Amino acid sequence: MINVKELLEELKASPYELIDIVAPHTGVVEFAVKEPGLKVTGAHGAYREKPGTLIATLERERNKKPIRATLTGVVECFEAGLAGRFVEAGTKLATIRHYLTSKEVVDLILKKALFLFPAPERAKYYFIPEIDKKMRASGKNAVEVRDGMELLIMSRMKRETSLPYKGPDGKIYAVYFKLGENVDSGHPLIGVCPGDQLPLVQDVVNRVRSEWEEHE
Amino acid sequence: MELDNRIRKLQDRLSYIRDIFGDKENANIALLQARLDEFLTQERGMSLADQMRHMAQLEDLFLFLEKKLDAQLTPMDRVRIVRHPARLCLKDILENVYDNYTEIGGQDEYSIDPSMLIARAYITRRVGKRVINQPVMVIGQEKGHGQEFRNGGSVKPWGNAKALHYMKVAETENIPIHSYVFTPGSYPIEDYPGAAQQIAKNLFEMASLRVPFVSVISEGGSGGAEAIALSDMRLMLSHGYYSVISPEGAAAIEAKTRQGERVAPELIAKCARQLKITAADNLAMGYVDKVIDEPPLGARVDHYDFYKTLRNEMIKATNQVILQVKGMKLFRSLALSERLARKGQAVDAEEVFVSWNLSSKARENLVWKRHQKFRRLAQTAYMDTRTFGEKVVGRFQGLAWAMNSYFRYEFLRKHQRKIKRLQEELEAEVHLVRNKVGKPIRAVMDKFAGGRPQTVSEEAKTSLTQLSKWDDKGGLSNGKWVYTSPKAKEDRTVTCPNAETHGCLDLWAPDLFGEYAGVCGYCGHHFTMEYQWYLHNVFDQGSIFEFNGQIESGNPLGYEGFDERVAEAKKKTGLKSACMTFESRIENLNLVVAMLVAPFRGGTVGAAEGEKFVRAVERARRKHYPLLAYVHGTAGIRIQEGTNGVIQMPRCTMAVQRYIADGGLYLVLYDTNSYAGPVASFLGCSPYQFSIRSANIGFAGPGVIKETTGVDIPPDYHQAHQALSRGHIQGIWDRREARKNITQALLTMGGRNLYYR
Repeated sequence: MINVKELLEELKASPYELIDIVAPHTGVVEFAVKEPGLKVTGAHGAYREKPGTLIATLERERNKKPIRATLTGVVECFEAGLAGRFVEAGTKLATIRHYLTSKEVVDLILKKALFLFPAPERAKYYFIPEIDKKMRASGKNAVEVRDGMELLIMSRMKRETSLPYKGPDGKIYAVYFKLGENVDSGHPLIGVCPGDQLPLVQDVVNRVRSEWEEHE
Repeated sequence: MELDNRIRKLQDRLSYIRDIFGDKENANIALLQARLDEFLTQERGMSLADQMRHMAQLEDLFLFLEKKLDAQLTPMDRVRIVRHPARLCLKDILENVYDNYTEIGGQDEYSIDPSMLIARAYITRRVGKRVINQPVMVIGQEKGHGQEFRNGGSVKPWGNAKALHYMKVAETENIPIHSYVFTPGSYPIEDYPGAAQQIAKNLFEMASLRVPFVSVISEGGSGGAEAIALSDMRLMLSHGYYSVISPEGAAAIEAKTRQGERVAPELIAKCARQLKITAADNLAMGYVDKVIDEPPLGARVDHYDFYKTLRNEMIKATNQVILQVKGMKLFRSLALSERLARKGQAVDAEEVFVSWNLSSKARENLVWKRHQKFRRLAQTAYMDTRTFGEKVVGRFQGLAWAMNSYFRYEFLRKHQRKIKRLQEELEAEVHLVRNKVGKPIRAVMDKFAGGRPQTVSEEAKTSLTQLSKWDDKGGLSNGKWVYTSPKAKEDRTVTCPNAETHGCLDLWAPDLFGEYAGVCGYCGHHFTMEYQWYLHNVFDQGSIFEFNGQIESGNPLGYEGFDERVAEAKKKTGLKSACMTFESRIENLNLVVAMLVAPFRGGTVGAAEGEKFVRAVERARRKHYPLLAYVHGTAGIRIQEGTNGVIQMPRCTMAVQRYIADGGLYLVLYDTNSYAGPVASFLGCSPYQFSIRSANIGFAGPGVIKETTGVDIPPDYHQAHQALSRGHIQGIWDRREARKNITQALLTMGGRNLYYR
C-alpha cells in the first residue's frame, strides 16, 4: 500500500525530473550547449519528426553522432570538462531538469496507486450486463472487482468471449475504453484501486488538476 | 434604375481591373477612377438625358481603355485573370455553349469530388432543314467562382478517376469528348488511387481513347491539366496560362525558400515571364493548336458573345478532328480550313454538318494520328549534336530493325507456332495410342523379365523436384561486387537511421557500402547508392551499349542563368542529360534500359530526357526487347523548360502505351526519390512497378503537401512500403537481389511479343 499524500508532497517539493544524458558509446565529446540554464526541447511535432535540441556530439571512428535532448526542460548542468575528450559508454554528459506537467503528475500518482488491467488482444470490450447495470445505476466506483471475477466481454469479428478479471481486489477507479471502439492489445482497460484508498486518490488527483502550477 | 445598374457594372469592371493589375500604378486605371468619381459627383445636378449621354461616353471610355490595358497585360496578370472569381467557369460554359446538359454524379458539394465536373451535353442546331442533336461528354475542372468546396479546381485522385471512367463511357457510346482545363494543379494526396498514379492511368488510357477529343485550356497547371488534356485538338483561351508549375511554386524553388516563407512578388512575376506560360507562347511552341480570342482583360460570366465564339470553335474543332480521319470530306474540310479563316472567308461552323459517329477503322486512325501529333512535338527543345549523316543512318537503322524483327519474331513465328502446335497435338495422340496398345505387351514382357526397376535420370529428378536453384552469389563475383562505391573507401563508421528503434550498431563504411551493398546488416535499411553500382552489378559485365548519347539537355526557353547550371551539371556528372539510354543484357537476355539519374539536376525530365525515353521505347518495340525504366531518382519535370518539359508526360506515356499494346514488357524500378510528373505519367502507368527498399515514391514532396493541404504528413509518408500498401507499386526488392528479381520478371511477366518468348 502506498501513501498517496506523501507521494504528492514529495512531488511538490521537487516538481521536476532530472534526466541524465549519457554517452551511448565511447567517443570524443563536443558540446553544443555553451552554458547551463539553456531551454531545450525533446523530439516534437505531430509524428515526433522534429528532432530535439542538440546537446553534444560524440565522435567515434570519424562518425559524428548527435546527442539530443529527450524531453523539454532546461540544461541543469553539463560536463564542460569533458569537452574534446574521449569518454566511455555511459559517461554522464549533461543533466536536463524537466518540469512535470499536471498530467504527468496525475499519471505518476495513478501509476503507483492503480492496478491497470490490460487488453489481451485488439478487440472491442464491454462490461457484462450485470456490471454494466450496476455502473449505470451507482457509478463505476461502486463496482468491486475480485481476482477471477467475470467482468468483461471481448468482442472480435462478431465472436464474443468472456474475459475474467485478473489482479488485486479493489474498486474500479477509471475505465479507459469506449463503447464500440477497438482497444489495442496491451492497452489498459480499467484501473483498479484498493477500496480504502479510493476517496484519497480521487481527492489528490482533483487537487493536482486544479492546483498544480505548470512551469513555463 | 437602369442607370444605377450601369454604374454598378462600371464599378465592378473597375474593381476587376484593380484586382488584375494588383498594386501596380497605372495612369489608365487612375483615369477611369477619376472619370467615374467625377460622374458620380456630378450626376445629381444633371438631367436624365445628360446622365445617359455621359454614361454612354463613360462606357466607351471603359471599353477603349480596357483594350489599351489588355495590351499591357503581363503573364502574371494573366495568372490573376484565370484565378479571379469573376472568370467564366465550366458551369457557365455548360449553360451557354451547350443546348442541354445533365451533370453526372454531382450536385454542388454533393459529389465524389466537386472540383471535377462531368456532364452529358448536347449541341443542337439547324443545318438546312434538319435539326441535328449531337451528344458530347463534357469533362472539366469546376472552380465555381470561388466556392470553397471546389478547391479552386484542384482535383483529388478520385476526381480524376471519375473523369477517366466517363471518358471510357464516351468511348463505349462513341461520342466525342470536350474537356475544359481550369486547374492550378492536382491535389497532392497519396491515398488510393493516388494523385500521381491516377494521372498516369488517365494519360495511359487517353493515349488510346478511340473517340474524338477536344480540350480547352484556361488554367493549365501541370499534371492536373494533363490528366484530362491529352487530346486530338488542344485549344487555349487567349488569357489563360499553361505551365509546368505555378509561378509561385517556381519562385519558391528558385529562391530556395523554406516552408511558410513568402517569396517576393517581383520574383514570382519574373518566373511567370520566364516560364513562357501564355497562350501565345504555347501556340508558338506548338503545344496548343489554336488560341481562342477572349474579350479584353479576359472572359467573364456575362460575356455572352464569347460563349458563341467558344461554341463555334468547339463545333469546328470537333468537326476538324473527325474530318481528318473520315473518308468523304472534301468541301467540308476546305470550308473549315484555317487558311480561309485567316482570310475572313470561313463558313460559320454551325452551318457545316459532320456526323460525329466514327467507323471502327476511322477510330483506329484517330488514335494513330494522335500518337503522331504528340510524337512530333518538342523537337527543337533539345540539342542533338549528331551530324546529318548520322541522323539519316539512325533513321534507316530503325527501319531495318523493325523489318528484321517483324520477319523474325512475327512472320516466321506465326507459322512456327502453327507447326509447333500441330506437332504437340500429334505427340499427344501418339502417346495415348502407345500407352493403350503397348500396356498389355509391356505387362507380358515385365512378367517374363521378372519385373524391371524404373530408372529416372538425375537431371529429370532435379527438374521434377526443384523449381529453381538457389544462387546465393547474386550479383557478386567471387564473393565481391564488381563495382564498389567510392563511399566504401572511407575509413569511418556510419549510423543507421533506425539505430534508436531497432538497436542497430554502427557499421564500418567499407563493409556497409562494399560487401553489404549499402544495406544495414541489422535492420535491412537501404542507404542510397550511386547509379553506377547498378550499372555494373545488375547488368551482365561489359554488356552496356549506350545509344542516343548525343541528345543533350539545353535551355529551350532561354531561362536566365540556366545555361550555366546545365553546363555545370554536365561537367559534374559527365553526362549530357538526366536520362541515359542503353542496351544491355541480364543473364544473356537483351533489354533496353532508360535510366533517370538523380545527380544530373535531380533527375528532372526535360525535352532531351523525354525524347531519349521515347526513342528508347521505340527501339525496344522495334527490336522486340523488354524495356526497363530504372529510376535512380527523379524530382519531376524540369521547371526551367516550362511546357517543353510538361509535354513529355503525354509524349512518353503514349510511346509506352503503344509499346505495351504491341506486346512488350515494361518494367519500372524506383531507387531513391521519385516524385511528380514522371511518376504521374510514363512511370506510374506501368503495370509492373517495383522498388528498391531505399525508395520514396509520390506526387508532391512533404513541403508542397503541407503548403497546399495544410496537413502535416508522417515522415515515412512516401516510403516504398507505404506506396506498396496504397497499391501504387507491385513489390519491393532488396538491392542485393535486384539482378535476380529483374531476371525473374523478364522471364515471367507480361509481353506476349518479346524476342525470347
